[in-house]
Parts: sequence; C-alpha cells; structure tokens
Amino acid sequence: MEQSLASDKKSWIKPQLIFIAVIIAGFVAYPFVVSDYFIDVAFYFGIYALLGLSLNIVLGEVGLFDLGHAGFYAVGAYTTAILNTKYGVPILVLIPVSAIVAALFAYILFSPVIHLQGDYLLIVTLGLGEIVRLALINNPFNLTGGPDGVFGIDFPRIGEFFVCDTSLKFYFLIWIIVALTIAALLCLQNSRIGRAWNYIREDEVAANAMGIDSRRYKLLAFVLGAAIAAVAGNVYACKLMVVSPESFTFMESCLMFCIVLIGGMGSIPGVLLGAAFISLFPEIFRPFANYRMLFFGLAMMLMMMFRPGGVWPRKRGAVGFKSLLDDTGRNDG
Amino acid sequence: MNVILEQIINGLTIGSFYALIALGYTMVYGVLKLINFAHGDFFTFGSYLGYTVLVYCAAFVTARFGIWGVLSVALVAAAISIALVGLIVERLAYRPVYKAGRLPAVVSALGASIFIQNAIMVIWGPRFQAYPSALIPSTNFTFGSVHISLLQILILALSFILMGALYYLVQRTTFGAAIRATAHDRKTAALMGININKVILFVFTLGPALGAMTGVLVGLYYRQISFTMGWNYGMKAFTASVLGGIGNIPGAMVGGLILGVLEMLGSAYISAAWKDVFVFIILILVLIFRPTGLLGEKTADKV
Repeated sequence: MEQSLASDKKSWIKPQLIFIAVIIAGFVAYPFVVSDYFIDVAFYFGIYALLGLSLNIVLGEVGLFDLGHAGFYAVGAYTTAILNTKYGVPILVLIPVSAIVAALFAYILFSPVIHLQGDYLLIVTLGLGEIVRLALINNPFNLTGGPDGVFGIDFPRIGEFFVCDTSLKFYFLIWIIVALTIAALLCLQNSRIGRAWNYIREDEVAANAMGIDSRRYKLLAFVLGAAIAAVAGNVYACKLMVVSPESFTFMESCLMFCIVLIGGMGSIPGVLLGAAFISLFPEIFRPFANYRMLFFGLAMMLMMMFRPGGVWPRKRGAVGFKSLLDDTGRNDG
Repeated sequence: MNVILEQIINGLTIGSFYALIALGYTMVYGVLKLINFAHGDFFTFGSYLGYTVLVYCAAFVTARFGIWGVLSVALVAAAISIALVGLIVERLAYRPVYKAGRLPAVVSALGASIFIQNAIMVIWGPRFQAYPSALIPSTNFTFGSVHISLLQILILALSFILMGALYYLVQRTTFGAAIRATAHDRKTAALMGININKVILFVFTLGPALGAMTGVLVGLYYRQISFTMGWNYGMKAFTASVLGGIGNIPGAMVGGLILGVLEMLGSAYISAAWKDVFVFIILILVLIFRPTGLLGEKTADKV
C-alpha cells in the first residue's frame, strides 16, 4: 500500500521535472542561436517577468489592487542611478540597497492606507505612483535630474575581473535573478505566509477571526513586492545606463497589472506567460508599425473575453483526501 | 483680491471640464462598479472629431449658420458619434466580461483604452493638432477689475447648463430615480422592475457624449490637442469623482469644480510644477479621512 502510493507520487512528479529541465535548457541555449536584438527582447521579457512576479505577490497572492507599482520600480531605478553616479557605489552592492530603500518607502507610504479595500486602495496606489513620477520630474534637491533623468550609470562589475557589459551577460543576469526569485516565491507560496496571504484574499474577515493579523501580512506583501520591483529597476537602470521619468508612467503600472491578470492571479507560470505576451507581442507585430498597439489593445480585450481567469490559472493545492491518507499512512508506519 | 477671483474663475473653467468628464466615470462606476479606463479616450476622440468638423467643414457650415452654428455642429456631431462609440465599446468590450468578475473587466477596459488611443493616432497622426485660431472673438469682459474672456463665459455657461440638465434628470425624474436605485443596489433595483440594461445603455450613451463635448471645449480653450491627453484628463476627472464620492452624480460635479479651483490656486500660490502632486495628495487624504468622498453616503461594507 505504502509502496504503491510512493510510486504514484514519483510518476506524477517526473514529467513536470522534465518539462522544467527543457525550459531551463531552452533559456540557456536561446541567446546562442539568435541575434543581439532578440537577446535584448528576451532581456526585457525578463524585466517584465520580474515586475510581474513582484506585483503578483500583492495582486495575485493577497488580492490587493495595486495600479501604482511602477512607483516602486522607479524608486529602485533612481536609487541605483543616484547612488552610483553621485557616490560611485557599485551596482551589485546597490541591488540589496535599492530593494531595502523601496521596501522602506512602501512601508512608510502604505502604513496609513493599508486598511483601504478594493477600488479605494487601487485609487490610492494609482495616486502614489503618479506622485512618485511627478516628483521625479520636478527634480527635488537636484537629485533626480528632472525630465532628463540621470545618466552615466555604470555596468554591474566585480572589480576588473568581471564586467557585465554585453547583451548576453545582461540576459543571464536578469534571468538568474528571475530564477532565484521564482524559487523563493515557490517556497513562500507553500509556507505559512503564503497560506495566510491566500486566506486574506479569499475571505479577510474569516482570516482575521482565525488570528491572522491581516494588516501585517498585507504590508508584508507590499514591502516584498516593492523590494522585488526595485531589483528590476536596478537591472533596468544599469542596462539602459540612463533613467528618466517617462519609463515609469501609469501605462507601465497598467502593463504589470495586465501581466498578472492575463497569466492568472497568483500563478507563477501564468506571470511568465503574461510577461511574454506583454514584451513579445509588440515585437512580433513590429512590421505593422502604427497598428501594433491597436492589435495589442484588441488582444487584451479578446483574452479577457475567452479566458477571464487568465491563461494559466493557479490551481489551489488544497489538502486533498489522498494526501491526507498519505500523511496518516506515514505516521502509522 | 482680483487676482484670486480671476484664478478662481480659471479654476472653475478647468473644474467644469473635470466635472463633465467625471460624470462619465461616476455614472458607469455607480451602475457597474467598473472603472471605465476608456472614458478618457472617449474625451480625446470627441476632441479630435470636433477638430475635424471645425477644420474641414467650417467653410461650408459657417456660410449657412455662422460661427455659432459651426460650434454647435461640432459639439453635437462629436457628442452623437462618441455616444455611438461608447455603446459599441460597451457591447463589444465590457458586456462579454461582466459575468467573469471585476478584474477581467478592468483589463478589458485598459485594452479598450489602448485600442481607442491608438486608433486616434492612426487616423489623425501622432503629432499635436491645433484647433483653428480666432474662431471665437477674443472679447474680454471686465467686472470691476476682474477680466473674463467670452470663451470662458461660454464654457462655464454650457457646462452649467449640461450639469443642471443632468441633475434635473437624475434627481427629479422617474428614470433618474431608476438610475440612482441601480447605483445604490443593482440586484434589488432589478427586483423592483427596473430595466437594468436600459440604465446601462443610458449611462454608456450620456457619459461618452458629455466627455466628447468636453473634448471640444478643451480644444477651444487650449487650442492644442494630442492623442495621449485622455490619460491626464481622465486621471484628474477620476480623482474628481472620488473626491465627490464615486457613484454619486452631484458629487462628481462638485468634486470636479473643487478640484479645478484647488489646482489653479495651488499652482498660483504654491508652485505650478507641483500642482498635480497636490491633486493626488488631496485625493489620498480624502480617501484616508473620508473614504466615501465629500458627498458620498456612509456604506458599511465598502471600506
């Protein structure tokens, strides 16, 4: 009995592992068979994937509407740009620094508004995102360079020994970060925190009644989402070597929102598909020049018509009957 | 003192733009609980249609009906065409996703917004377009020592007439009561025999029509229009509707006017560059301290 269950489990896991291995092999092989242009396209796919993953924590896991996520992305990018160009801090050191700055920023700004729900929170996040962008344009304390932004950002480097200066190296940099983030988020999904988040999303009143401090968990989601978005901002800033306010518009927040919803709320493979759609679609339709964004809008509407739950919705891994049996079997033995 | 009065009048002019656009947001939100992100683009579309009428049909119409005739034709043509566009968008982009819940509807609305915006760009080109100059005599009226231009009086008069008519319709007629009932509680309203589809159709005709007329007025006032201006005006107008209490029709009017005046006074006396930041800070403060807006009713379940 025990053996048959164990073998069941094995045969269930195997094809999944093969699938993941094939995908990873594909990602590693990809840049060696295409031109630099398409490596860059895949780089931006990686940036959007990371941004999608960060918003997915807030929107997908906890169900908090956030239409100002580009604000955190901007905080990360500008922290990197300012500290690097003005004080010469190395980019790689700035990855955790900008994450922490954005996390603090999210904590301070969202503490007073975290109790708002649904559309009200959406409006506040939208407002905060716009405030960040407008503040950057207005060049406070001569730090952000106004509408021109900050330029001359260094490449990520470890002394002279390793300099990340080609499309290929940036491609691997972003996708390694994405892979690490996915691994961390998968662990988080199955942890106490991940379950608490999902509980709040499904029924906040019940979650509170069960002793979950929903305020703390919601803030945690925002803080974590902000930190990951800031990492994306860091990589984006050193890839472009320049940051300017027009990279962090409301449109950018909308695209992140769409990545999560097109993929399927709370689903990590879904986020990757959504990011692929957002970053690759305009490239594929580039020959149509002016019409491509027209098709893009149309595609968004059609997608919601035919797959309102997203392309790859997350199946909630509820504790099923079989796994309960499995557990008791093991305990008895 | 006179400067303050003039600024307040400028503020009311801008505020009436916000108020007219905000009405479209708030009516749709009230009935469907949907933030209609495409609404700002209805406004831009209307502005471009008005531009086309004024530029290409001006000679023909002016010869028969004079300058006021051509303005009325531009306003009415924009309003009717955009009302049709609104109906089409509702039917094709929103109706199929209502049942799936609110978030798919948000994505669909964003998709519709991107679609319309780029359709405008494809039709009229990506560059700024300028409304014909000297269309309206640039007469200035002086009251005491306060100057008001004829155009401002025209804009204020027209928008107050439109808002007054809508206020009467919503607050005093039976159909208005049906709209308010639907906004208050859709299910119960349907049980009381209100034809919800009719209300939805009405909201998606009138909102875009008002937005389109505002587009023409904005074109006349600032003379320069671009295909992306819908985002900015839409966001401000949306702020205005939240300020007045989203879903509340008189609230949107009051919210728009207050927002316009605050923005003008802020840019005159504090800092012009930071005026949009004030707008959003006010919005956030209102949501923290009075989440249902200035005229909103207390509801237990929303916040």
